[in-house]
Amino acid sequence: MNNTPRKRFLGGAGAFLALGLVAACGSSGPGDADGIEVWTLEDAAFNVVLEESIETYENAGDTSVEMVTYVNDSYKQRLQVALGSPNAPDIFFNWGGGNLAEYTTEGQVHDLTDALEDNPDVRDAFLPSVLDVAKIDDSYYGLPMLGVQPVVLFHNRPVLEEAGIEPPETYDELLDAIDVLQEDDTTPIVLPGAQGWTQLMWFSYLVDRLGGPEPFEAIVNGEDGAWHDPAVIGAMEMCQDLVDRGAFGTNFSSIDYDNGSASALLATGEAGFFLMGTWNLAQHQDDNPEFLENDELGYTSFPVVADGDGEPSAIVGNPSNFFSVNDAASDKDEAVDFLMETLTSDEYVHGLIDAGSVPPVEGVEDQLEDTEHADFAIYTHELVSEASTFTQSWDQAISPEAAETMLTNLQLLFLGDVTPEEFADNMDGRV
Amino acid sequence: MSGNNPAGRPGFLWAAPALLFFGLFGLAPIVVVAYLSLTDWNGLGDPLWAGTTNWENLASDRDAGNGLLITLTLTVLCWATQTPLAMMFGTWAAGHQKIRAVVSSIFFLPLLLSTAAIALIWKALLDPNFGVSAQVGPWVGIPDGNVLGDRTLALYAIVFVLLWQFLPFHMLLYQAAARQIPQDLYEAAEIDGASPAQRFFRITVPQLRHTIIASSVLMIVGSMTYFETVLMLTNGGPGVSTLILPLHMYNQGFVAFDMGYASAIALLLVAIGTGLSLLVVRLSGYSKMTSQREGV
Repeated sequence: MNNTPRKRFLGGAGAFLALGLVAACGSSGPGDADGIEVWTLEDAAFNVVLEESIETYENAGDTSVEMVTYVNDSYKQRLQVALGSPNAPDIFFNWGGGNLAEYTTEGQVHDLTDALEDNPDVRDAFLPSVLDVAKIDDSYYGLPMLGVQPVVLFHNRPVLEEAGIEPPETYDELLDAIDVLQEDDTTPIVLPGAQGWTQLMWFSYLVDRLGGPEPFEAIVNGEDGAWHDPAVIGAMEMCQDLVDRGAFGTNFSSIDYDNGSASALLATGEAGFFLMGTWNLAQHQDDNPEFLENDELGYTSFPVVADGDGEPSAIVGNPSNFFSVNDAASDKDEAVDFLMETLTSDEYVHGLIDAGSVPPVEGVEDQLEDTEHADFAIYTHELVSEASTFTQSWDQAISPEAAETMLTNLQLLFLGDVTPEEFADNMDGRV
Repeated sequence: MSGNNPAGRPGFLWAAPALLFFGLFGLAPIVVVAYLSLTDWNGLGDPLWAGTTNWENLASDRDAGNGLLITLTLTVLCWATQTPLAMMFGTWAAGHQKIRAVVSSIFFLPLLLSTAAIALIWKALLDPNFGVSAQVGPWVGIPDGNVLGDRTLALYAIVFVLLWQFLPFHMLLYQAAARQIPQDLYEAAEIDGASPAQRFFRITVPQLRHTIIASSVLMIVGSMTYFETVLMLTNGGPGVSTLILPLHMYNQGFVAFDMGYASAIALLLVAIGTGLSLLVVRLSGYSKMTSQREGV
């Protein structure tokens, strides 16, 4: 028996494996010897804006800046692993709030308060309600770098007109509209309940309308019994009441947002209302352009709840995303300088507007006039500038651990599998 | 090669790369995970010693107990649907007729698709408003097409998609094994007047014993670590109805960033997976099995 070929094959395989091991152990990080590395999310329109601003900055000085992009889903994991390692970026994209606080408590984020004191024009350019989202323990740790994205109540104009409904200003009007639409065999409100964060929008707006921003501040601060606040429990009851009324139809728990089906239901008139962030416009632009062209997409702010303590102007959503500076970065000063020079520059703000977003800065109404969906952009900017408070999406504002439990419990709440009291009990002690 | 080894195999040296690989990527991580399960760590900074806190939490975590139950249910359902079908189709495909070759190569198509693609396709098909379930649902008693959002149907949907995905692979195992069954056995049985059914149950099934066990171990251990399809189809929902233990582990580790607790769940999964496969091997007498074909 001649088994030489087999021997050769096995030997080769062994050598290959051994080589693989050496290679795997031998690769180490590039280190950040010179230049600033900026980590951000992959977003075709925005990445171009940043690249152009980087080019301008590089031409003005002698610091090189490199942009590295990641897809949304794996970004948090990557950043979590990279921070504190030699491969960490100098500037990194984050969501502010609790997400950013995770890193500040580890001392991994540079405090930008002094830098803002030195550059008052930069500080004053930002919309205050947005800048405050990156304020942790009275210090600023991040600067807004993307458009504002509050959550608004969208509706399908022809559907409402046909049913003889005015866009609701109060919660009672919304309840009436729900009844009318149900009689017309239209799903009153589309809710992509396969994803808990869409249910969070209803819940957090109702808490705000019932009790103002304080109940949520108590939750963020981990105060005892914060989850048992009457406004919080009341909002949970209202959510379940909406489900029981059939406001969301019967199959909401299998509707998905990401695949565009929820937006399609609104655009095709299968549903009347849709509570969603302003980023929803982009999905319509891609999938249902004629819906926008015919001006059928209507929008209002969340209705006012009678006897509630909340301000009618208060909003919930994603104030912005933020750039923060890694405290361990070797060129910290250059990184701070880059942010100060760039984020409120005309070029950058123009770029954001051209990319279809509403920048988190003051005095851009005139520029918004010239954009494709000017009415909506101006509406959004006005909503944010006049907001008494801008509550960040709860799942970003609290720790990831608490957010995970909260989103699961929200799904259970909407399915009727937990009572409001049980929900609150499940959240006790989680911040 | 070495003189005292007539087969020309130098023993340990040959196994060294594989052992090294297994040690580095198999054993070492388990040891590290065992350590992490005794710490409080969010993936940043240094792990803090937490003693047995994670294990105590695990004992009282309803989602973990519930997840274990769902995982076991899913394993049993997957095994019970995939094994008989894979055996039937596999032995059928083992025949040498041309039509069988053509049909079975069509059956093997899902093997070429990645798990992510399969999950996304089925998710689209099961969309309650725009998918097939919107059209077919009303005929089968689901008027609103609510499959992935229904507490019971969601699990069945996952079982079905896994069946669709993994049937071809197990079919391939059975096809190869069935082709190795000596033809003489069937000829002898035919002479003795055995019916096709008798030939299947008296010859084919016993002869496939090794394959049944190998494929069952793959299914059982596989479903312990398996979670991508569930993540993409339902993400554990609605609520926690399909929150299998591996997905719970992922959520705790990479969504909630509670690495210590996720490590405790991971160890539990390692223990259950190892225990189950040992159990199968022991119950089936796999270790004592000898070839039945010698002399044929």
